[in-house]
Amino acid sequence: MLEIDIACKRYPDRDGRAHVALSGLRLHVRSGEFVAVVGPSGCGKSTLLNVVGGLDRDVDGRVSLAGQPPEDIGFMFQEPRLMPWLTVLDNVLLVAPDALAARARAIELLRAMELGDVLSAYPGRLSGGMQRRVALARGFVNEPALMLMDEPFVSLDAPTAERLRSMLIQLWQRCGSTVLFVTHDLREALALADRVCFLSASPGRVLLDLPIELARPRSPQDADVARLQTDLLARHPELLAGLAYDDQHEPVHA
Amino acid sequence: MAGKEARTTHDSALALPVPRRMTTPERRHAGTDAGLRLASLIVFMLIWQLAAIWLQTNTLPAPSVVLARVWQETVSMVLPGHLWATLTRVLIAFAAAMVIGTVIGIAMGRWRRVDAFLDAWLVLGLNIPALVTIILCYVWFGLNDWAAILAVAINKIPTVIVTVREGARAVDPRLMQVARAYRLSRWVTLTRVYLPQLVPYLMAAARSGLSLIWKIVLVVELLGRSNGIGFQLNVFFQFFDIAGILAYTLVFAGIVLLIEALMLRPLERRLTGWRG
Repeated sequence: MLEIDIACKRYPDRDGRAHVALSGLRLHVRSGEFVAVVGPSGCGKSTLLNVVGGLDRDVDGRVSLAGQPPEDIGFMFQEPRLMPWLTVLDNVLLVAPDALAARARAIELLRAMELGDVLSAYPGRLSGGMQRRVALARGFVNEPALMLMDEPFVSLDAPTAERLRSMLIQLWQRCGSTVLFVTHDLREALALADRVCFLSASPGRVLLDLPIELARPRSPQDADVARLQTDLLARHPELLAGLAYDDQHEPVHA
Repeated sequence: MAGKEARTTHDSALALPVPRRMTTPERRHAGTDAGLRLASLIVFMLIWQLAAIWLQTNTLPAPSVVLARVWQETVSMVLPGHLWATLTRVLIAFAAAMVIGTVIGIAMGRWRRVDAFLDAWLVLGLNIPALVTIILCYVWFGLNDWAAILAVAINKIPTVIVTVREGARAVDPRLMQVARAYRLSRWVTLTRVYLPQLVPYLMAAARSGLSLIWKIVLVVELLGRSNGIGFQLNVFFQFFDIAGILAYTLVFAGIVLLIEALMLRPLERRLTGWRG
């Protein structure tokens, strides 16, 4: 169980005044559950992930994974953040505690992600979509107990993003990791997650915690997902502020 | 197939990237460049030879005379002995300056307070004339090799610091965040994430350092040592032996160029091969 209980997270803004990013945020995630966190820009979604991932420890609150501070984690950022001087395979092995033992697993993982031909290539020679796939493989190579994802498919074209979502679901189901997936794209959240948590505008707190009971596999283009979004927004119009509800995932398949 | 192509480097933390093979046009350009360099050298020697013939003076011996002197000094083992003494001093001073300068440069680039504290010292170090440092080292520590090496290193350390500090300031915090997110050890973070970002700066410091250090070493030897190329140049100067001066200078400059061409450049190519 991942338990997040943040009383307050402040950081200084440009004028040096304390800005409250998160306040009274409580979120419990079952082991192996896929939870999407959505909210308007600037509501503290990335801050939340940084706190959970231990990148920001200056917080009034507590985060624990199975009763301990989270250590066994994977992290996928908005940008691939690959080391440009390491090959594709070395980038994945970089995060493995025992690279020799992980080598075969990493190669198999990269091949499964259709990167078998570029194992020894440097990231600068790969397309944006391929770099994200490498970052995804890096995130899952250790089969982490907790996978943190900060809008990892943002600014990708729709087919590439959809392919990556499909790969993500396969990896998650294979590894059984708990996933905390931050996005501002509601349909993406509805298509991927077991549960969607809506954060309020800054300071961020959980406005709505919604279980998604649609059968898998799902896609943001599915009619069921579109219908769920429409119903949801009709019932909770307060969620409209700042989220992406445009028709980027059209066409909707009946 | 892909598995054979790929190579892991994680088991040896400092493993280097695979150098990129040159394309055909790049090979053609490299060949042309080498030809031009050789032609330039031949033209220089021709001008020198013609000037020597035309002037007919002892102050400008012909290249053939200088090369004959090189041969004579080499077979008598006088030149190799002095060359070895100088090269040893150059290499020790170079290594010390690089290590100390890199550590201080990283600290100044990484921590604002360290930078604020040491910045005035750095400006002082950059502006003290080499001759002053050399004289003071000899006066304070005696006319010995360690004083000589210390004087050379002190002259070079500030320039290494300045270059490495810029590199440390340019380190990408987003990549450092990856290291923290994945709980990489300090060693892996240093060798696989941090130092690779400093490589271009370290190489720049190394290349400029070598060219500066060997010049200072000659001055140090001229002022207070009883062997080395600098010492010999002083002896030749006393006897107005221009052929000797040119012979020793030529050999030593050639050795430094070889170090640059055979060690530093290939190392730089290997370390930055990923840039393509």
